[in-house]
Amino acid sequence: MKQFPKSKSELFWSFTWLALQGFGGVLPVAQRELVDKKHWYTQEEFIEDWAVAQVLPGPNVVNLAIIFGSRYFGWAGAIAGIAGMLAFPMLVLIVLAFFYHELSGYPVVAGALRGMGAVAAGLIAGASLKMASALKNHPLGYGQASLIGVACFLAVAIVRVPLIYVLLSLGVLSIYLTYRKIKA
Amino acid sequence: MMTFTFTDWSLVFLHFLGVSLMAVGGAVTVIPEMHRYMVNQTRWMTEDQFLTSIAIAQSAPGPNILVIAMFGWHIGVNSVAIGYQQYLWGILGMCVAMMGVMLPSSLLTYATSRWVQANQEKSYVVAFKQGLAPIVVGAILATSWIITATNNQFERDWPLWLCTAVTVLLIWKTKAHILILLLLGAILGGLGLI
Repeated sequence: MKQFPKSKSELFWSFTWLALQGFGGVLPVAQRELVDKKHWYTQEEFIEDWAVAQVLPGPNVVNLAIIFGSRYFGWAGAIAGIAGMLAFPMLVLIVLAFFYHELSGYPVVAGALRGMGAVAAGLIAGASLKMASALKNHPLGYGQASLIGVACFLAVAIVRVPLIYVLLSLGVLSIYLTYRKIKA
Repeated sequence: MMTFTFTDWSLVFLHFLGVSLMAVGGAVTVIPEMHRYMVNQTRWMTEDQFLTSIAIAQSAPGPNILVIAMFGWHIGVNSVAIGYQQYLWGILGMCVAMMGVMLPSSLLTYATSRWVQANQEKSYVVAFKQGLAPIVVGAILATSWIITATNNQFERDWPLWLCTAVTVLLIWKTKAHILILLLLGAILGGLGLI
């Protein structure tokens, strides 16, 4: 059952809480909180908004907060979203900046960060696999959509093509094929 | 290091305004240019402070763009000579840098999202969003791969890979809490097991 944020302050605190859990990437937390827990997004809506957030300049998760916030509360909602994503994490940074030089000398800290980095990489991959379930309802069909997804992965991860070129080639092709399907 | 005037702060703001528009695909893509400008050319911060900024931002929660806040912090800290004042200016620097880097891209995103929402029934808008969906899935998976592939010595790094793989399965197939998984990773890493 789809839900929606009831107030700007609920929006602000929700984004604050998810930003503060976002070590090594906020996307997995955003997916978990906004889709799985709060039901503010379906998997399909989430991936569609993320697509818009990704192609625009600026940090993806903050762009997502702007898109989501403005949908419900206009410009004030956009500001509540940005503030939620950035205000408390900036306070955490100030605290870390004070203690960093003392802490960074300990091998335990370096090891802990290494371990968290490995988990963070897994969280990101897990989020993308969950989002892939939305492709089952794709206009191009699950098979063709998955093929495009795999091609994008190979181009960016293995061949190391910058994402912007993949968007301009494979992305444009995918949009064109989808457009033809919708029109048909 | 040096005393900053209003003009200097304006330059800082302008620099991050420019970064905002150059950074399609994330702040990471502009790191080399920022290094050249802020460390070599203007000497707003030392090499060590530049690298520390990146390290702190990576270990902190929140969007990756917060590395810009750390750059602003160090510019502010360097802008005055005396003790506690450094921290006040550090906070100011943080705010100036973040305002600069967020303003252009946020306005653009806001305008675009209003337009998209007003035209969300149009078939070209639907095709744009749905057409990019498979690309998004592939690109996010690729991000994870690229992070993992930086640890590329099998004998040393296989426990890290195993940890990443187990996390993928847990997050994909179970309702395991993200903070618990991160905590477990921190403990295993802190104990030197991975």
